[in-house]
Amino acid sequence: MGLLSKKDSRLILDPLADNNPITIQVLGICSALAITAQLKASIVMAISVVFVLGIGNVVISLMRNIIPSKIRIIVQLVVVAALVIIVDQVLKAFAYELSKQLSVFIGLIITNCIIMGRFEAFALANKPWRSFLDGIGNAAGYGVILIIVGFFRELLGSGTLLGFKVLGDPITKTGLYAIGYENNGFMLLSPMALIVIGLIIWVQRSRNKELIEEN
Amino acid sequence: MAKITDKNSYTIIFAVIMVIVVGSLLAGVAQGLKSKITLNERFEKMQNILYAMGVNGNEGDGDITFISTDKVEEAFAANIKKQLVIQGDKVTEDPEAYLIDIKKEETEAKDPNYQRRLPLFVGEKDGETLYVIPMRGKGLWDAIWGFVALDKSFVVKGVFFDHAGETPGLGAEIKQRYFMDDFTGENIMDGDAFKGITVAKGNNDPINENKTDNKVDAIAGATITGDGVTAMIKKDIRMYLPYLKSLNQ
Repeated sequence: MGLLSKKDSRLILDPLADNNPITIQVLGICSALAITAQLKASIVMAISVVFVLGIGNVVISLMRNIIPSKIRIIVQLVVVAALVIIVDQVLKAFAYELSKQLSVFIGLIITNCIIMGRFEAFALANKPWRSFLDGIGNAAGYGVILIIVGFFRELLGSGTLLGFKVLGDPITKTGLYAIGYENNGFMLLSPMALIVIGLIIWVQRSRNKELIEEN
Repeated sequence: MAKITDKNSYTIIFAVIMVIVVGSLLAGVAQGLKSKITLNERFEKMQNILYAMGVNGNEGDGDITFISTDKVEEAFAANIKKQLVIQGDKVTEDPEAYLIDIKKEETEAKDPNYQRRLPLFVGEKDGETLYVIPMRGKGLWDAIWGFVALDKSFVVKGVFFDHAGETPGLGAEIKQRYFMDDFTGENIMDGDAFKGITVAKGNNDPINENKTDNKVDAIAGATITGDGVTAMIKKDIRMYLPYLKSLNQ
């Protein structure tokens, strides 16, 4: 990467794999379980979080020397909430259709612990540019897991991907369904998301033994 | 030496300034965009009413497609012949009936002295008169609402449902065509008795070939949202029955 120094590019690349916020730090699990029943919802949520965390980290980083330490968590909350409301209003005015589809996710962004986690752990102690990269990196790391989980849940649970019937029609029995395949309705429920995330963690740690904690 | 950011006085001043700045910023944004947002909401209502009537851009098995926003006003004027407001026995025409807030009417109707206003949209499609009834109910997490288009003999000609925050993949599917299309052709009456339409679990008619059983197939994993749809249809269409029946006499 010619554009970024080695140290800076690690800020983006680390959270994608070896320091992934979901599979390694186990943050942001709540939304990862709640909204991954469909691939499309996962993608939308991933993009929204990249946006909010990237900008939020910069804002917090710019204010890092003037934020009173006693109320820093409240200040962080106000920043996220204000950003999210502005995004919501702008979407409602200029991209109404999109804002209808996003409805619940916009609110869910505020509660995402990755956002508060990065504000607290990184943006409060680093310069804006590095904070921006860290925000993008962590949000992307979160998004990748969301999309993987969403892919498997939608494919195995509904037999569709992004709404397209890739495995045939379960009602008229075409495609795979003709030979007796059934959708696994359990995949649509949140507990299965936890199991899928568990499997991802397992695969990741067995490929890279350094990630396994000693106890 | 303690940093200035640790001082109580600094903390309080910071908090006050932060609240004023953020508060006025948000108020400014909301005020500035308000007119555009209201307009979008009006268009959406028109699109929803037209969708229920079958005036939409649906093609084949694709996703739900509305009349585009730049054409919706024209289409609404062309397809909706009359907008009525029913208040008890009194029926008046009101060109802005579609703006009546059903939620507000529901709340005010709790006052026994208040005569609830019921908007009804009379449209015409392919030479047939359709009555589009708005409705509002409760899903699992939040409100659900919709429009049902009936013909003179109480057969459903189309529906539109929407929701504020049902679970994606489960309750949110009430907005999908495979669910809404099932309602078309169902009768809300069983002989002379009002039955509504039940979103039924364990219904062994998933393709919905039986159009006389007052039932459509439920969405797996969305029982409460489905029950909400059933209840909403029963509760809100019932209020229009006296007027609709009087038309047939």
